[in-house]
Amino acid sequence: MTRRYSAWTLAKEGLRGHGGWQQAWRSPEPKSAYDAVIIGGGGHGLATAYYLAKNHGMRRVAVIEKAWLGGGNTGRNTTTIRSNYFYPESVALYDFALKLYEGLGRELNYNIMFSQRGVLTVAHSEGEMEIASRTVNAMQINGTDAELLTPAQAFDKAPLLNRDPRARYPVFGAVWQGRAGVARHDAVAWGYARAADGLGVDIIQDCEVTDFLVENGRCAGVETTRGTIRAGTVGLAVAGHSSVLAAKAGFRLPIQSYSLQAMVSEPVKPCLDTVVLYMGTGTYLFQSDKGEIVVGGGLDRVPSYAQRGNPPMQRTVLSGMLEMFPSFGQLKMLRQWAGNVDVVPDSSPLIGPSPLAGLYLNCGWGTGGFKSIPAGGWLLAHLMATGSHHAISRPFDLDRFVTGRLVDEAAGSGIAH
Amino acid sequence: MQLFTCPFCGPRDETEFQFATEAGKTRPEPAAEVSAERWAKYLYMKDNPKGPTREIWLHVTCGEFFALERDTVSHAVTGSMALGSDL
Ligand SMILES: Cc1cc2nc3c(=O)[nH]c(=O)nc-3n(C[C@H](O)[C@H](O)[C@H](O)COP(=O)(O)OP(=O)(O)OC[C@H]3O[C@@H](n4cnc5c(N)ncnc54)[C@H](O)[C@@H]3O)c2cc1C
Ligand SMILES: [Zn+2]
Repeated sequence: MTRRYSAWTLAKEGLRGHGGWQQAWRSPEPKSAYDAVIIGGGGHGLATAYYLAKNHGMRRVAVIEKAWLGGGNTGRNTTTIRSNYFYPESVALYDFALKLYEGLGRELNYNIMFSQRGVLTVAHSEGEMEIASRTVNAMQINGTDAELLTPAQAFDKAPLLNRDPRARYPVFGAVWQGRAGVARHDAVAWGYARAADGLGVDIIQDCEVTDFLVENGRCAGVETTRGTIRAGTVGLAVAGHSSVLAAKAGFRLPIQSYSLQAMVSEPVKPCLDTVVLYMGTGTYLFQSDKGEIVVGGGLDRVPSYAQRGNPPMQRTVLSGMLEMFPSFGQLKMLRQWAGNVDVVPDSSPLIGPSPLAGLYLNCGWGTGGFKSIPAGGWLLAHLMATGSHHAISRPFDLDRFVTGRLVDEAAGSGIAH
Repeated sequence: MQLFTCPFCGPRDETEFQFATEAGKTRPEPAAEVSAERWAKYLYMKDNPKGPTREIWLHVTCGEFFALERDTVSHAVTGSMALGSDL
């Protein structure tokens, strides 16, 4: 039985020297067969396992992770959660995730530190202001919160913003989504892992899926570095490695893997309490609870599996930061890292059956799949348990590349993350 | 900063280059007989290999497309050549 976390248990353990805490999840040996196997122990894979158990009552479920939980993009991202997209299909998806995030700490009995401090997307020209008002209109019509701000209102939200009228990117106004924010990325992975484990899910780390078991043209399980595991249904949630596993399953995907990097500064006193994105430079940043400035930007331009960033993009991101907040010129950057992201031509995810029967996809989140973890897990669980789409995932099926019905958010909202 | 070699201009800064697509794709013809499935395969589906790869890049500065052989994990470049009949 998973012990409930509460202020009461914390106080009690505090008095007893914290000796009574149990492990948050077990480390079981893999069984030879499960009803459902999910490949990839990132946020999406772990959430899928949780919802398979919670929403669909499945108990013989395993998550297979080649390294450690959340060691992929889930533990490397800049944790921004928002639903400021253009198309109704996208807002339905990302706002569903945002709503689930709003109740997630309670649902999982785990503090995911979700802080709805808002996202300010700053425009720098009249043309961009037109795009900004179009985005705000679309978001409001699609039923999520959005406001168009004047420069004065934008400065109010982020007082250190560059106010120099001769700035290369002067502030013309901004899109504001107040329900957006950030959460603790590890906590999202660990919270889902602990809650899934509590419902009987086996979480198996240090176990790489090396091939698929195919019988009568159907996926019947996986080959792993710790033996063959048979499965009634298999889900794939390996982000940047989706093409590698697809090749083993005998199909190709519309995915290109790239490095996406981020950086963090030394901690400083509180000076920024929203997330700010500059449309003109593509750089975005916020201040972590520890006081560090977390900063990120666009993709590296070289297709890569390297999980390390190239210097030209670092320069672009940091010069963007200095343009936005000249006073941050004093900051010392402490760390830089990159993740291996799975980019799809229309910048929308792939959720649906794969060309191999019995294998279902949840990938292609590219630079922006942390915000969608609860929805991605919910929808993949629905597919794996029922064999058919939930209404929200239907538009994101692989078949859109044949029908031409793309959900082009790169063009729609112009946001890469 | 990495240097890529343009077969026409020599070694240049990576920021002068733009990735175009994987090498080895042949446009299906004639258009009237190409099914939506085949067209989607040609336009969108990729090997996206982890390791050695052969790609088409554009040297933006001179405007020439060429083939680049490199490794997507180590980023080592092993060859750079003008497009020819071997593609
Ligand atoms: C620098 C950076 C900043 C980002 N910022 C944001 C942001 O602000 N907001 C946002 O919404 N998104 C952001 N993202 C994107 C987001 O991190 C990802 O879209 C999301 O984490 C994907 O989650 P996942 O569970 O699909 O993949 P991952 O967390 O990458 O998990 C996939 C797992 O699969 C495992 N795996 C791979 N191959 C195998 C195998 N053969 N067998 C077993 N396991 C395998 C990996 O080890 C990994 O743990 C950012 C990404 C990066 C890199
Ligand atoms: Zn050249």
